[in-house]
Amino acid sequence: MSKLDKSDVEKIAFLARLGINDQDIPEYATNLSNILDLVEQLDSINTDEVKPMSHPLDSVQRLRLDEVTEVNDRDNLMAHSPEVEAGLFLVPRVVE
Amino acid sequence: MHNKTIAELTAGLKAGDFSSVELTRHYLNRINSLDEQLNSFITIVPDLALQQAKQADEQRAAGQATIINGIPLAQKDIFCTKDIKTSCGSKMLDPFISPYNATTIEKFNHSGAVMLGKTNMDEFAMGSSNETSWYGPVKNPWSLDTVPGGSSGGSAASVAARLTPAATGTDTGGSIRQPASFCGITGLKPTYGRVSRYGMIAFASSLDQAGPMTRTAEDAAIMLNVMAGFDSRDSTSVDEAVPDYTADLNAAMEGLKIGLPKEYFAEGLDDSVAKVIEAAVKEYEKMGAVVSEISLPNSHLSVPTYYIIAPSECSSNLSRMDGVRFGHRCEEPKNLNDLYIRSRGEGFGAEVKRRILIGTYALSEGFYDAYYVKAQKTRRLISDDFNQAFKEVDVIMGPAAPSTAFNLGEFSDDPITMYLSDIYTIAVNLAGLPGMSIPAGFVNNMPVGLQLIGKHFSEAKLLNIAHQFQQQTDWHKKVPALFV
Repeated sequence: MSKLDKSDVEKIAFLARLGINDQDIPEYATNLSNILDLVEQLDSINTDEVKPMSHPLDSVQRLRLDEVTEVNDRDNLMAHSPEVEAGLFLVPRVVE
Repeated sequence: MHNKTIAELTAGLKAGDFSSVELTRHYLNRINSLDEQLNSFITIVPDLALQQAKQADEQRAAGQATIINGIPLAQKDIFCTKDIKTSCGSKMLDPFISPYNATTIEKFNHSGAVMLGKTNMDEFAMGSSNETSWYGPVKNPWSLDTVPGGSSGGSAASVAARLTPAATGTDTGGSIRQPASFCGITGLKPTYGRVSRYGMIAFASSLDQAGPMTRTAEDAAIMLNVMAGFDSRDSTSVDEAVPDYTADLNAAMEGLKIGLPKEYFAEGLDDSVAKVIEAAVKEYEKMGAVVSEISLPNSHLSVPTYYIIAPSECSSNLSRMDGVRFGHRCEEPKNLNDLYIRSRGEGFGAEVKRRILIGTYALSEGFYDAYYVKAQKTRRLISDDFNQAFKEVDVIMGPAAPSTAFNLGEFSDDPITMYLSDIYTIAVNLAGLPGMSIPAGFVNNMPVGLQLIGKHFSEAKLLNIAHQFQQQTDWHKKVPALFV
C-alpha cells in the first residue's frame, strides 16, 4: 500500500470537511502513513473464510414498531444552537 | 471521611454519623483546595450537588433511601448532563449545554446519587494519557510529572486523590483499565451492551462501554448495580438479566482456573511490572486457584485491527459535529463547506483529526474492503482466540499496561508508541468481553494494575475474583502522599 502524500491528505481532509493548516500537512502525512504501515500487518493474514464481525456479540439490529415515541422538544433542543430563527437552523445561503 | 469506600459511607449515612450534605461539602472542599494540582475536573457543580445531597438526606429521613443514596460521585464529561456543559474534552463542545441526560446519569439520579462535577478526559475519549484534552492534561496524583492514563484520566485521578468516592468512565480500547492501572484504583469495563450508551457521546459505537471507577471491587459492584441494564433507547443494549453484583463477592477461589496468555508476558512488558503481576497471581494460588499458561495467538493483530475499526467508526460518529446544530461554529462562514471545514478545523485537536482522517480514508470508495472489512475479519479471529481460551479457564489474567504511568509529554509527539500502550486492553473491546484492572503493587512508588478478563456477562465473577484479592492485599488502600 502506498504512503500518503500532501495531495492525499488534502483530498481526505476535504472528504471529511476538516480544516487543516498547510504547515501541518507534512506531519499528518507522516503520521497517517505510519498508521497505515502498522495496519499493513493484517495483509499477511488469510481471512478468506472468516465472516466479518460487526457486533461483538453478533447481535442483529433490534427493530421496533414505527410509532412516534419522542415528544416534540424543539425549543429545548435548539436552545444552545449556534444560530437559529423561527425553529430553523441558519446556515450560509446554499441556493442562489 | 474521604478514605471511606461507598460501602462504608453508606453505613455511615445509615447510622447518622454524617449527612449527605456534610459529605458532599467535604468533597467539594477537597476539590476546591486540591484539584488545582491535578486538573481532574472540567466542571464542578456545587449548587446542584448540595441540592441533590439535601434531597437525598430528606429521602433517607423519610425511609426512602435507595442503594447509592447520598453518595457523591464524579461523572466523566462524555455523559450528557441536562443543562450542564458536556464538553467531551473538546473545544468543539465547549459551548454545548446538553438538553437531556444520558441514561447512566438518569439512573444515578434515580438512585439518589449526588453529582460533584464532570471529569477531564482525552478529547472525545481519543488518547491514552489525558494529554489530548482541550482543557489541558490531568496529572497523576502519585507523581505530578506523570500522566494519569486515558481517556478516563480525570475520573481515575480524582478517585485516587480522594476528591470523590467513585467516578464513571468509558472504555473503547482500555480507557477505564489503563488509567485505573496508572492511578492505582479499581476499574471495570463491562461486557459490550451491558450499560446503556444512550447520551454517552459516541466514539466507536461497536466498542464503547461505560463502567465504574472506584477504590474497591465491592464499590464497583454497587456502582454496576445502578448502571447495568437494558435500555430501549440504545439499539445495541443487550436484554440480559442483571444479577445483584454484590451477591457473590465472597465466593471462594478454590479451584478457580486462571489462564496467563504467554503473549501478554512477552517482549514489550516492563520487567518490574511483570514481577508485580507474577506475585499477584501467586496470591491467587495461595487461595487455591489453579494457574496455567494459555495462548491468544492473534494478539499481535489487536492494535492494527483497532486502528482501522475505531477511527472508521469515529469518523462517522463525529460527522455530526458540523457547526450547524450545536457546538462550535466558525466566525462569518463564506458558504456551507467553509462553515463545515472551518468549524471542524477549529473545534477538533490534532489526535481527533488524525483519527477522522484515517477513518475517512479507510471508509472511502475503493478502500472499504481492504481496510474496514479486513479489520472486521481479523476482529473475529481475535475474538475466537478468547472463546477457545475460555473452554479451558475461568478467567484470564495479565498486566493492564506494559509499564507504570509515563511522563507528561513523553509520547505526545509519537502517536504510534502511544497506541501501543493499550496493547493488553484493546483485544477485550474487540471481543466485547468484560475486563477489570485492580491495584496489584508498585514499581518505584507508581501503581501497577492486574488485568482480569472474563467471559461475556461474567462481571459478577470478575468482581468476586477482584474482591477476594482485596481481602488478602492492601494495595487498593494506599493513598498518594499529596492527597492523604
